[in-house]
Amino acid sequence: MSLTSGTRVRDGGGVAAPPPARPRRRGIGWAQRLEIVALSGPAILMFVGFVITPVLLAAYYGFYRWKGFGPPTNFVGLDNYVTILQDKLFHEALWHNAQIVVLSLVLQGPIALGLALLLNKKMRGQSIVRVLIFVPYVISEVIVGTAWALLLQSQGAVNGVLRSIGLEGLAKDWLADPSLAIWTLMLILTWKYVGFAVILFLAGMQNIPEELSEAAAMDGATYWQTQWRITLPLLGPTIRIWGFLSVIGALQLFDLVYIIWGQYVASTAGTSTMATYMVSEGRNAGNYGYGNAVAVVLFIISMIIALVYQRLVLRRDTEGALTGGR
Amino acid sequence: MSTATHAKRGNPVVYVAALALIGVMLGPVVYIIIGGFRTNSQITTDPAGLPDPWQFGNYADVLTGDTFWLQVTNSTITAVITTAGVVTLGVMASYVLARYHFRGRGAMYALFAAGLMFPPTVAITPLYVLIKNLGLVNTLPGIILPQIAFSLPTTIIILVPFLRAIPRELEEAAFIDRCSRLGFFWRMVLPLSVPGLITVGILAFVNSWNSYLLPLFILNDQETFTLPLGVQAFASQYSVDTAKVLAFTSLSMIPALVFFSLFERRIVGGLTGAVKG
Repeated sequence: MSLTSGTRVRDGGGVAAPPPARPRRRGIGWAQRLEIVALSGPAILMFVGFVITPVLLAAYYGFYRWKGFGPPTNFVGLDNYVTILQDKLFHEALWHNAQIVVLSLVLQGPIALGLALLLNKKMRGQSIVRVLIFVPYVISEVIVGTAWALLLQSQGAVNGVLRSIGLEGLAKDWLADPSLAIWTLMLILTWKYVGFAVILFLAGMQNIPEELSEAAAMDGATYWQTQWRITLPLLGPTIRIWGFLSVIGALQLFDLVYIIWGQYVASTAGTSTMATYMVSEGRNAGNYGYGNAVAVVLFIISMIIALVYQRLVLRRDTEGALTGGR
Repeated sequence: MSTATHAKRGNPVVYVAALALIGVMLGPVVYIIIGGFRTNSQITTDPAGLPDPWQFGNYADVLTGDTFWLQVTNSTITAVITTAGVVTLGVMASYVLARYHFRGRGAMYALFAAGLMFPPTVAITPLYVLIKNLGLVNTLPGIILPQIAFSLPTTIIILVPFLRAIPRELEEAAFIDRCSRLGFFWRMVLPLSVPGLITVGILAFVNSWNSYLLPLFILNDQETFTLPLGVQAFASQYSVDTAKVLAFTSLSMIPALVFFSLFERRIVGGLTGAVKG
């Protein structure tokens, strides 16, 4: 961003790639190489061992019919993949994921922007409000799931309140009604994760120099004009990064659905996701080969979407942050 | 960014909006906490009411039982070691990425950045097999090690800009004083990057404290359960005793909440360098 302060420009922007190397001294000495290896070795080993290896293993196991005991021997080629792509349950899960991806962006983005603008205003008690708004984001999925399941069950508190204020008609079976459940899920997701977006947006707003809005005010711009013409465009990169994280999170959504709807009800209520499908058809059914194949499909779908998003949306701000600044 | 010139300090609309917001965000949480002070019959007859009279038995039962404390201990050990591991490995690797110039640096950065795309969900099934082959199923290291690995991408992405922002003059001055690169790292970089380290530390701690999927796969033995698994087990074991479940649930969220509230400013501040374009 050309408008941010000097140092910022120099370090090229957070998530972005390292800046072009300075004129480098010729080669680097053995001592330095040793330091590089000693400092970065442990992190690379851990990362390759526990993140990269499992992903590769999944690709391997996915070709087997395998119950998870001993080495896999029953090679079935692409059978698992054929089954997945033909399974109606998987199609449904994929469709739910697609809805969740889009609705998350559409619901959480504007709400979070509004909240961030609100919290960025100077007002009394601001610090308390800021802490409180993050509460849902900080408590665990299990707690959120347990609490909302209790609140929303047909004899739960939400319906209780609705009945007691005479809105009988609005009391619904929030969790089990297939036409409603996905919206219930979206409501809970928004409640839970909007705080994360707000944190990012607030952090992004700190980078926008005050002088800009002061100058705008001096030229007679109203508050909303300032936000619309200055804050929002300058927040663009942050919003786009958030969008990326949100899409990836939505594609891999598991915890809340699994906790609230359990493994069996999710598909009948219309909230199953690819990840809950993977766990219930894979591990819970004892079909580890199949579960791994589902993981591979999930991986490929996520990667394609991530790359497309990066090409189309992130390109102009991060210049290859996620592919390492070629 | 300030809007001081225009902000009317007492604008009531802003305060009403803020209050409504707090109500929505805190409602369910308050419901859990207050529900723990009620009896089951109170909850059944009026699901949304206040305790009448207030019951302290549920909380007392949970606090005097062994299960809760065992799980608190497991969660604490896991979160503390995970945090220490992530911060240590993360800052070392970030220092290399931020201040050394060598071939393959771009590739190394790309390797970790790619990790952002893949939360544990994708890798969980084979990861379970891997942990099983290592003999670490039903042990805390079985979740600590993968957690460290999966937290590294975020940590590194946040820390690299932080470390890079340390002025070059400082480095040159240190070298003139015959400080080695490692000496510079130890004596200057670490102290200067404490705010960033706190940010990534909190994120790692809270993530570990709340982690569900990984323990779900790796830990089957009640003795090794962390709190999220404990809450779920408790909720199904005492499914008829809603009040007690609520008490257990509210107690289990305290540490992460306290931790986060204390450092909220640091987190927003620490991310400031990382999220800008």
